[in-house]
Amino acid sequence: MKTFEYTIKDPVGIHARPAGMLVKEIKKYASTVTISKGEKSVNALKLMALMGMGIKQGDTVKVTVEGADEDTAAAEIEAFFKANL
Amino acid sequence: MISIQGKGVSTGVAIGPLYFYQRAKSTIDRKTVKDTAAEWERFKAAQAKAVEQLGELAEKARREAGDSAALLFETHQMMAEDLDYEESIQGLIQDENLNAEAAVSDTAAQFAEMFASMDDPYMQARAADVKDVSSRIVAVLTGAIQGGIDSSVPVILIADDLAPSETVQLDKSKILGFITEGGSGSSHTAILARTMGIPAIIGVGKQVKPECAGHEVIIDGAKGEIIIDADPATRNVMLGKIEEQKKNREMLERLKGKPNVTKDGQSIRIYCNIGSPDDVAPVLGNDAGGIGLFRSEFLYLNCDDYPSEDYQFEAYKKVLSDMEGREVVIRTLDIGADKQIGYFNLPKEENPAMGNRALRICLNRPEVFHTQLRALYRASAYGKLLIMFPMVTSVWEVREAKKMCERVKKELSEEGIPYSEDVEIGIMIETPAAAVMSDRLAKEVDFFSCGTNDLTQYTLACDRQNADLGRFFNPHHPAVLRLLKMVCDNAHKNGIWVGICGELGADLTLTDTFLSIGIDELSVSPRAVLPLRQKVRETTVAKVRNKVLEDLLSDENSI
Repeated sequence: MKTFEYTIKDPVGIHARPAGMLVKEIKKYASTVTISKGEKSVNALKLMALMGMGIKQGDTVKVTVEGADEDTAAAEIEAFFKANL
Repeated sequence: MISIQGKGVSTGVAIGPLYFYQRAKSTIDRKTVKDTAAEWERFKAAQAKAVEQLGELAEKARREAGDSAALLFETHQMMAEDLDYEESIQGLIQDENLNAEAAVSDTAAQFAEMFASMDDPYMQARAADVKDVSSRIVAVLTGAIQGGIDSSVPVILIADDLAPSETVQLDKSKILGFITEGGSGSSHTAILARTMGIPAIIGVGKQVKPECAGHEVIIDGAKGEIIIDADPATRNVMLGKIEEQKKNREMLERLKGKPNVTKDGQSIRIYCNIGSPDDVAPVLGNDAGGIGLFRSEFLYLNCDDYPSEDYQFEAYKKVLSDMEGREVVIRTLDIGADKQIGYFNLPKEENPAMGNRALRICLNRPEVFHTQLRALYRASAYGKLLIMFPMVTSVWEVREAKKMCERVKKELSEEGIPYSEDVEIGIMIETPAAAVMSDRLAKEVDFFSCGTNDLTQYTLACDRQNADLGRFFNPHHPAVLRLLKMVCDNAHKNGIWVGICGELGADLTLTDTFLSIGIDELSVSPRAVLPLRQKVRETTVAKVRNKVLEDLLSDENSI
């Protein structure tokens, strides 16, 4: 299991389009990806639930990656967060 | 044979099967189902179909405007296949024996409610995405057709009336002509028909009966005549007209490549009005010199959310590069009044034509304006761009808008993004206030373009969408023509050019007037370019000028 934390920089947070891009990215890997903010956490493949968390600029999220390809997946997904969110 | 008389608003004769526009039903039936497994399968099939449709839309958007445009539809695909969404629908079908339509609709409402209750206005607006995806699935389930037409052959389309958002989604390759039950000459259906160069007849009421669907119909846009199941003699006459129309077209073809110059040497520029990047082909096909009005609203009407800077940039860039250095006047967002967009969440108004619209919205919501201007200036590096602001009444509005342009240019310079330094800035003259103040406004801008539809509506205090006001809505009214002359004189005194981009520009009975008062540019629908060129080339301005100027002031014409 790999985890990393990330603070959202996009001014509108994880809204529809970035959430869509994120789901698309995560679908590339076999690992299960969970995104948590405070008490709440969701399977990152669940687009609407992800949007429903209302993650905003300045929020820090914890991303957990678990599965066969977790090493590459975690590194790539972290890079994706930095580039897009 | 059935003959019906309507009002022709776009000329031409067309023959084809009659087709009633299919609009998705706004209410759905709620039923209890016994075979829940079969009902679940119905949902799965509809979901797959909706995902497929969204995939096609994504590809279309990608071709037209790039990857970022496609992403919206891809996001919608993901919503349609979202696990929680599916689970909720499955639960309603299997545990509550609900039919698929109602299960989708209830689930949509529940998810939309979740978004709507969030404290972030941006997320609240996402409720619209869920509803949009769900209504697509419901439409597949009920057999309603997205885009309104399901026919393998081109048809003559009849509708009660078409909203702007509906006209942008129509499959244009399937339409030979339009008939609408309501509407007016300046409605969007009429404008679309003229751009496409096909006949349109409006205001026919309920005269065309639903049982005529599929029957052969002939429409004559010049006369406003509709003939269903024509007898052989009438049919032959009409086929003759279609043949004649083809010949006339061929004659006009020979005017291509010739200048728009009168017999005594006065030139006028003839440009086109367009509504989407797809319209560039007919502009070039009809040998227009440029684009005098590109209505940027289509970008906003086509989206379910504010179009991003990149999305807009790609669309503007496409038009500018396709026009290969010819002038392209892009009008900034002109919504409000008859063009409403859900995600703008504009409060309902009693009198929208005079309400929060066009430049007023842009100045009140600088972030929306800022995004559009950034996209425009970035695109300016790819052709000859001119920017035009709609619905101006005061000098301060123009100054405020120009200030935003300066801000955008400064930002782009700092970011090292290329843009053109010589983008001309102009305004629409479509309010009496702007016409009266044109001497002052001329000092602020590089050009004027008169929007005659709105200028007529506001000058005559006469609603252009109201079919009952037909004889009061007179664009030839001397008040309108005198205002045009005044605007023209004020523009020329200040060394700027002036054009007309309303429907009046293509009115051949006024070409003498426009040449005489010195209009520099006429922007018309693509197929009006060559007839207008022919008219200009036949005119000797010196012979008509005095009479035109006298007529503007004559007693007889002032009634």
